[in-house]
Amino acid sequence: MIKSASYTIEPLFMRLLLSLIAILFIGIFVALPLSVVFAEALSKGWRAYMDALMTEDARSAIKLTLLVAAIAVPCNVVFGLAASWAITKFEFVGKRLLITLIDLPFSVSPVISGLIYVLLFGTGSVLGGWLEEHNLQIIFAVPGLVIATIFVTFPFVARELIPLMEEQGTEAEEAAVMLGANGWQTFWHVTLPNIKWGLFYGVLLCNARAMGEFGAVSVVSGHIRGLTTTLPLHVEILYNEYNFAAAFAVASLLTMLALFTLLLKSIIEYYFPHEVKAF
Amino acid sequence: MSIQVRNISKRFGETTVLDNVNLTVHSGELIALLGPSGSGKTTLLRIIAGMERADTGTVLLDGHESLTQNAGARRVGFVFQHYALFKHMSVFENVAFGLRVRPKKERLSDKEIHRKVMQLLALVHLDKFHDRHPSQLSGGQRQRVALARALAVEPKLLLLDEPFGALDAKVRKELRRWMRRLHDEIHVTSIFVTHDQEEAMEVADRVVVMSNGRIEQVGSPGDVYHQPANSFVYDFLGNYNVFEGWKDTEGKTHLLEYETREEDSSPPPAPTAPSGWMKRYPEITGLLHKILPSLVPGVPSLLPPPKKKPRPTPNQGKPIKLFARPHELFVAKTPDDHEYVLATVTHINPAGPLVKIEMERRNGAALTAEVPKEVIDMLSISKNDQIYVRPKNTRIFEGG
Repeated sequence: MIKSASYTIEPLFMRLLLSLIAILFIGIFVALPLSVVFAEALSKGWRAYMDALMTEDARSAIKLTLLVAAIAVPCNVVFGLAASWAITKFEFVGKRLLITLIDLPFSVSPVISGLIYVLLFGTGSVLGGWLEEHNLQIIFAVPGLVIATIFVTFPFVARELIPLMEEQGTEAEEAAVMLGANGWQTFWHVTLPNIKWGLFYGVLLCNARAMGEFGAVSVVSGHIRGLTTTLPLHVEILYNEYNFAAAFAVASLLTMLALFTLLLKSIIEYYFPHEVKAF
Repeated sequence: MSIQVRNISKRFGETTVLDNVNLTVHSGELIALLGPSGSGKTTLLRIIAGMERADTGTVLLDGHESLTQNAGARRVGFVFQHYALFKHMSVFENVAFGLRVRPKKERLSDKEIHRKVMQLLALVHLDKFHDRHPSQLSGGQRQRVALARALAVEPKLLLLDEPFGALDAKVRKELRRWMRRLHDEIHVTSIFVTHDQEEAMEVADRVVVMSNGRIEQVGSPGDVYHQPANSFVYDFLGNYNVFEGWKDTEGKTHLLEYETREEDSSPPPAPTAPSGWMKRYPEITGLLHKILPSLVPGVPSLLPPPKKKPRPTPNQGKPIKLFARPHELFVAKTPDDHEYVLATVTHINPAGPLVKIEMERRNGAALTAEVPKEVIDMLSISKNDQIYVRPKNTRIFEGG
C-alpha cells in the first residue's frame, strides 16, 4: 500500500522544492514585512513606542477609527443580513442585479469610490450646495469617512452569508412559518442560530477592512490632523514627516489587529468548518 | 377540516405544473396524492398549505378562503420530506416551538407547554429522547419528531410531503403503518404526497392519482386499482402486459395473433364438447362417446359430431390493445381451446409468494406472468421452455 502510494504523488525532491518555494514566498512577502513593522516600531525603545501611541493625534486617530468602525460595521451587518435574507429566501425581479451590485466595491478601486462621494457631496455638486445651505458637512468630516468606509466594506457580510444561506435552503423557515411564527420570530429563532458563526466571520473581516481602509477614506478625509485622520491616515502623515519610529508604532497597532483577526478567523474555520464559507 | 380545491392552475415559467385542478377532501379523511415526480403533487400540497401561490383558483378550508388568514391562524401542520427540524434545538424545543411563538395572550404557561410536549413525544414514542438534538437521532426518529412538532399546534389539517421518502424500506413500512394507526386515533384531516403506489394503497382512505399537473382519478385504493380510469392509472399502479387484439361483432375481444389447440391435424383429437349441457359437462360427453357404441350400435350418430371450432378472423375494426396484470396471465405447456400466445421463458424469479416468469414472444415483445409456485412445479417450467400464455382477464382503455 505504501509503495503504491508513491506512484501517485510527486517525488520527494519535488515536494521539498515546492514547499521551499512556498515558504520563501510567504517569508519574503508576509513574514519579513511583519517583523520589520515591529522591529522599526521598537527601534527607539519601548518608551518611544508608547509615547508615539499616546500623542494627542494618535489617540484621536484611534478613537476616530473605532468610531467609524463602530458605525460602519453594524450598518453592514444589517444591510448584509437583509440582502442575503432577501436573495436566498425569496424570488424577485432584479435579484441578479442586486448580487452584482453587492460585489461592486470589490471591483472598484477604493480611491475611485472615495472620489465619487467627493463629487456627490462636495461643494461643487447640487447635493453639496444644498447640504452647505443647511450647514451639513459630509466631505472632509466624520460622516464622509463613515460613508466611504460603509461602501468599501459592505460586501463582506453579504458575501459570507449568501452562499451559506443558499446551502441551508428555506425549509426550516417554512416549517417555522407553518408553526405560526412571524417574520421576526422566524429570523431570530431559526435563521440566525444557523448562520451565527458565518455572520461573526463576516463581521470580523468587515471590521478588519473598516479599520484598515486607506484609499477611499484618504480621498474624503481632507487629512485634518486630530479631526479626520483615522489610523491608516495617521500612519501616512507620520511617515511623510520622516517620523518612522512613530509611524511604525501606529502601524504595529493595525498589524496586531490583522493578526488578531487572522487568529479568530482560523479558530472559527477550525471549529465550525460547515458553518462558514472561507473567503 | 374540509378542503375544496377549485380550478387551481400554476405555471413555473413555461411549464404548467398544475392544470385546472379540482379536489374535495372531507373532514377526517386520509388522502394520498400519488403520482410520478413532476406530476405536480408537491406543488398542490404546498398551495393547500399556503406556502405557494396559485396563478388562478382558490383553496377553501372549511369553506373559507385560506390565504386571507396567516399560517398560525389556519392551523395547518406540515411535515417535510427532509424533516426540516431546527437543528440547533433539542427535540423538546423543536416540538415546543409552535407553542412558544404564539402571541402572548394565547400562549400556554411553561408548565402546560412542558406537559403537552412530553405528551406528544410519548405519542411518537420519543419521550426518552427529549433532550437529544436532531443530529443524534435516526431518520425515522427525526420524522417522528417532525410529526410531533406539527401536531403540537393542534392542526385541523395535516399535510405531509413524501414523509417517508428519505427513509429506508423497512423503517418506511413500519412508519406508514404507525401513521395509519395514529390517524385512526386522532382523526385529523390529512393529505400526504407519495410516489410509492404501495404506500398510497396501504395508508390512504382515498387515493388521488396525478400526472402532468392533472388529476387522473380519485377513489378508494380498491377502486383505483381494480377500476383504473385510464391507461396512465393502470400503468402507474403496477406492472402489466400488452396484447394486440380486436373486437368481434359481439363485442368479444380476441388476440390478433394466437395459437390454439391444433384442430386441423389428423387424426382429430378427442371430441370437443360443442355446446349446451354437453359443453358444460365434457366428462359425461366423453363417457357417452366411449361406452354408448359398445352398448347400442349406431347410437354414436345420434350424438353431436365433434365440431371444429371456427377460427375467428379479424374484422375490419381497428386493432386494440388488451392490458393484463402479471397475475392475470394463465400459462400452460399445451394449449386448449382458448387463444394463446407462444413465448419463450427468459427468466424465472422464485422469490416471493408468486413466482415471476419473464418471457419473450416471437415478435420480441416481453411478457411477465406471476403464478403460484405449485403451477410451475406441476408444469415443470424452466428457462428456455416454450410455453403458451393467455390473459385470463383483459382491459381496454379508450385512446390507448
